[in-house]
Amino acid sequence: MTDLLYSEIEEELRSSVRALLADRCPHESVLARCETSEPYDRKLWRTLARDLGAASLLVPEEAGGAGASAREAAVVAEELGRAAAPTPYLGSAVLATAALLALPGEDETAGLLADLASGERTATLAVPLSTAPGTGAFPTSVRADGAGTLNGTVTSVADAAVADVLLVPAEGRDGPGLYAVEASAAALSVVPRTSLDLTRPLADVTFAGTAARRLAGPEEAPAAVERALLTGAGLLASEQLGIAEWCLESTVAYLGDRRQFGRPLGSFQALKHRLADLWLDVVGARAAARYAADALATGDPDAPVAVAVAASHCGESAVRAAEECVQLHGGIGMTWEHPAHLYLKRAKADQIALGTPGRHRTALAGLVDLPAPTA
Amino acid sequence: MPPANAPVTDPDELRRRTRALLAEADPAACGRSAFLRARYDAGLAWVHFPHGLGGLDAPRSLQAVVDAELAAAGAPDNDPRRNGIGLGMAAPTILRFGTEEQKKRFLRPLWTGEEVWCQLFSEPGAGSDLAALATRAVREGGEGSDWIVNGQKVWTSSAHNARWAILIARTDPDVPKHRGITYFVCDMTDPGVEVRPLRQLTGEAEFNEVFLTDVRIPDAHRLGGVGEGWKVAQTTLNNERVSIGGQRMPREGGMIGKVAATWRERPELRTHDLHRRLLSGWVGAEVVRLTGERLRQQLAAGHPGPEGAGMKLAFARLAQELSGLEVELLGEEGLAYDDWAMRRPETVDFTGREAGYRYLRAKGNSIEGGTSEILRNIIAERVLGLPAEPRVDKDVPWKELAR
Repeated sequence: MTDLLYSEIEEELRSSVRALLADRCPHESVLARCETSEPYDRKLWRTLARDLGAASLLVPEEAGGAGASAREAAVVAEELGRAAAPTPYLGSAVLATAALLALPGEDETAGLLADLASGERTATLAVPLSTAPGTGAFPTSVRADGAGTLNGTVTSVADAAVADVLLVPAEGRDGPGLYAVEASAAALSVVPRTSLDLTRPLADVTFAGTAARRLAGPEEAPAAVERALLTGAGLLASEQLGIAEWCLESTVAYLGDRRQFGRPLGSFQALKHRLADLWLDVVGARAAARYAADALATGDPDAPVAVAVAASHCGESAVRAAEECVQLHGGIGMTWEHPAHLYLKRAKADQIALGTPGRHRTALAGLVDLPAPTA
Repeated sequence: MPPANAPVTDPDELRRRTRALLAEADPAACGRSAFLRARYDAGLAWVHFPHGLGGLDAPRSLQAVVDAELAAAGAPDNDPRRNGIGLGMAAPTILRFGTEEQKKRFLRPLWTGEEVWCQLFSEPGAGSDLAALATRAVREGGEGSDWIVNGQKVWTSSAHNARWAILIARTDPDVPKHRGITYFVCDMTDPGVEVRPLRQLTGEAEFNEVFLTDVRIPDAHRLGGVGEGWKVAQTTLNNERVSIGGQRMPREGGMIGKVAATWRERPELRTHDLHRRLLSGWVGAEVVRLTGERLRQQLAAGHPGPEGAGMKLAFARLAQELSGLEVELLGEEGLAYDDWAMRRPETVDFTGREAGYRYLRAKGNSIEGGTSEILRNIIAERVLGLPAEPRVDKDVPWKELAR
């Protein structure tokens, strides 16, 4: 059976990331940053990627990475979720990296992969963040012409605003392909959107005859994009676990502390029972997220089921935890000053990101042979 | 050579001992009971128990090594479901609090199943508030003399098959309720013990009411000190919660397997609303399964997590949701019930009967062995560390409490 625990190395990695985030990513600074023109913390990301190797975990050593796996990457995702950290981890170290890893390691691909792993450069996969794995469709609204230039718009792309390179699924004359576009390219516009999630802002990306390099054609591109989406959804479940854990812990601490009617609020049974149920949700989220990370790490054929279960459960648990966090904090939970809203916004956006829980359950219907009614 | 009573921690050594047992006491030749007794004496019954008491002081996780060897050889087991209370609750309590004499007398026939055990805890007036119990045990004479017990117990499964019971009774009504309780082993063949079936909403009677009239218990059958019964009972109750909802499950094991099979076999029953709920339930079942698996891995690694407290709560919620869904999925057939006849089953069989039975029996999952409400209190206070509710009954002598 799959290993659902955390290894010592994973716990050490967690401690380093947590310590760095405690030091460099307190809630006040996340809040202060999110309404500026620099919502991403590039300096924090450089430290995470270069000093802690957080961007290199999925990449084999011979390709310039740390030779770890989705299990370790999931631990980093948990910690980034716990801190609601504004970094391009999901876009660059997960989605773009997983797509490149699924391609044959030709020089150009290998060079970019090594740059992403070292934190030298940052990339993202140019799909709407709401794109789900397992639909069988190639997610693109971009056309590629014979000369290798791209036309079209991709809306709601995560981490595009700080990406040095965009990996663009596009439909060419001979079918689907995956293209690389430099952020500095002419005829490219990246327009930030006002996003629900303040800590992972989105952008609309428009290609108007933009020069691009084709990294993969119809043979490899669909599988590479699918692998990226599956890996993304699986690791997002760990981020959602981190969000839920922070919400539960901070709510428990607050209710133990806050007194009304002459008693700590946490002594009221009506509130205790809600937190007990929430705790149970989080315990389940941890088991499901670990199973998904392990299945991705070991190449288990059960990975699509594992990811669908984790995405479905963790997506809902994170939202419930964040909603309970706001409610049980009472008035202070409604303020801009208190960080609860950062988690509520991240949780709600994550619920849609890479497939809603409902879409993942629909995918399960096919995977485990529980077909929908035909009429 | 390690000393004879050193803990056995090598799986190969356990395999060797298991094969030696099979060679010395071939079950085909010596019969089931003799084989089980020999297995106990070889320390291969519950390997984590001490030497001489059916175990080898081995890590609990190595039981699987022995079980696998014995299963491969086709050896009979001790039919653990028939004596769940004995194995799951009485045994760990006797091991922890019993005298050497008590351990020697009770544990061997308990493990082999020759003596079935039941639990005389709950009363009509003491359910979730078990410590309020009113069954009285009074010493007949001075210290060391017999105890005379009077009272009524309820929800006693296996009482009609049981040779022994674990019993808690009030021995001092003048102190607060948790402090005046003592824990006993009660002889179910005593003429003062009357067992009446308690018919439940499924139609059958798994449980009993037990009336105790001047039941005589020798002081040698007391477990733990006088007035310390509540502490002893905590061991029993914690083990009860481990044994409910703690079994290892394959994917689609249990209730979800039944619903999923019906869904696959009967396309004409499918609706969109049921499909949505079925998929939610499938995810829920898989999450509970993985949670249980993770808990077992933590235990095996020697780091038991607090997750155990939640397993029963999760299991009950899921079983109720899925069994209700199954009846609804069956539509017109869900209007029927297989059999209301009053029976006295020895074990609960969720899968051997129809959907209506599963639906009704699952209602007990959130009541038996600690209600889901009590479990939530336990999680909130012991796992999350939230403050206790103010109590009005804690420092008041039991006899002055409103009843």
